[in-house]
Amino acid sequence: MEKSVLIAGFGGQGVMSIGKMLGYAASDAGKYASFYPSYGAEQRGGTANCTVIISDEEIGSPAVSKLDMLIAMNQPSFDKFAKKVKKGGSIIVNSSLVTSKVEDPDIEAVYVDANDIANDLGSPKVANIVILGAYIGLSGALSEEDGKAIIKKMLGGKADLLEMNYQAFDKGIQAVK
Amino acid sequence: MSKEFIKGNEAIAEAAVRAGCRFFAGYPITPQNEVPEYLSARLPEVGGHFIQGESEIASVYMVFGVAATGIRSMTSSSGPGFALKAEGISFLAGGQIPAVLVNVSRGGPAIGTIEPAQQDYFSAVHAPAPGGFRCFVLAPQNVQEAADFVYEAFDIADKYRTPVYVLADGMIGNMMEVVELPKMRDLADLPSNDSWRFNKYNDDGTARILSTYMPMGELMQNKNKEMAAMYETWEKEEQRWEEYMIDDAEYIVTAYGSSARIAKSAVKELRAEGIKVGLIRAITLYPFPKDAFDKLDYTKVKKMFCAEMSIPGQYIYDVQNAVLGRSEIIPIQTSGGVIMETDMVVAAVKENL
Repeated sequence: MEKSVLIAGFGGQGVMSIGKMLGYAASDAGKYASFYPSYGAEQRGGTANCTVIISDEEIGSPAVSKLDMLIAMNQPSFDKFAKKVKKGGSIIVNSSLVTSKVEDPDIEAVYVDANDIANDLGSPKVANIVILGAYIGLSGALSEEDGKAIIKKMLGGKADLLEMNYQAFDKGIQAVK
Repeated sequence: MSKEFIKGNEAIAEAAVRAGCRFFAGYPITPQNEVPEYLSARLPEVGGHFIQGESEIASVYMVFGVAATGIRSMTSSSGPGFALKAEGISFLAGGQIPAVLVNVSRGGPAIGTIEPAQQDYFSAVHAPAPGGFRCFVLAPQNVQEAADFVYEAFDIADKYRTPVYVLADGMIGNMMEVVELPKMRDLADLPSNDSWRFNKYNDDGTARILSTYMPMGELMQNKNKEMAAMYETWEKEEQRWEEYMIDDAEYIVTAYGSSARIAKSAVKELRAEGIKVGLIRAITLYPFPKDAFDKLDYTKVKKMFCAEMSIPGQYIYDVQNAVLGRSEIIPIQTSGGVIMETDMVVAAVKENL
């Protein structure tokens, strides 16, 4: 089963980090994975996006035109990519920054106040980890254990930040239940 | 062997180091910048040298100079950079100096686009530079092959004393995939190049000259004949391709590199609907895998499709030259950085059943 997700937002929101973390986690879990970023003239505050595909078999195109899932971290990303989601697919909307609603009844919409949740936890920087939790909770492409293992690995020596990141991850999972 | 999740350009760079590459010179250009970036840190760790040249032209001649001493060397760039390196590539071929060239190609003539495209087929396969020589050309379709082919390219370069060209694109260079990197080669185990390297005297004590200049017409002709004989050997012995579900296929899709992995997804989808379709993927672009097309049973093949991310089509000329009119060939093409879609290949086949 091949599952695609496009993650999009402002540069600096951790969009590429979530994408890479999903790829690393899938790789560690013994699956096929591809991470395909927008590249070239990217900058902080500009737009950034990446497509991640996780699969049990060899992956075809890493840049699919019809998505199983979209993670829209900001309004311009929602506006640009919502129409690329397949019927029966889903959109995780960062409702802290996106005011639009998903109008297509054939697309599952999940609203997560990622920035608000992150601020409540004490750092706006973990908003992307909230979203990582939401993605794993909703897609089932990876297990919760896979997600936590990769958070620990990515944080490396910064053990003091681990607890907050785990909490952010758990809040993300709860938000989609 | 452990697997790693790694970016294509970095996999190319690390594979080169593991193959024994100890010198790289290049000049920045998207979408291959992570190759020099990675090597600038990595080569010094293994006692190698990295130089960011003042230009592509300087860089390729630095590779010429170092490779002439028998040290495994590489340069990389994208299409516009290869235009500038052309003269030096011709000198590498003419001087019979082994080196590896990696092109993470762009989307059109002149400055092109930085997005994934396969617009450098002619340039890589048929005319890297003037003078009528060939490069051995390998085309990876994913990050694993990008690493494997760069690794092997150094052996092929040494075996034939030729520049070996790895033709990738922005997709392969910039995506991350799960890869098993090849093992680190011990430099002591690399094939000896004492018989030709510049920094060694001849047995009779005379100095060696690696010259590309043949003052007499007949000497040049002889040299060109020698080179042509080598290319014939490649054509006989080194063709490589992948076949997928072609045994009972009535429709054949052919592609190389990134478009081949997309075409393969299309073949799977069409097969799931009961349509008898198969894939031929060229792995060596030169020598072109003519045998793959020669051995097809054309009484069974109803139509062929040639998918490439290039407009105008380029790969299709070599396919036509291999098929020799035995089947109709329908082009499926995107260009400029518009990535081919599985649906596009599926639709093209269905429209032509």
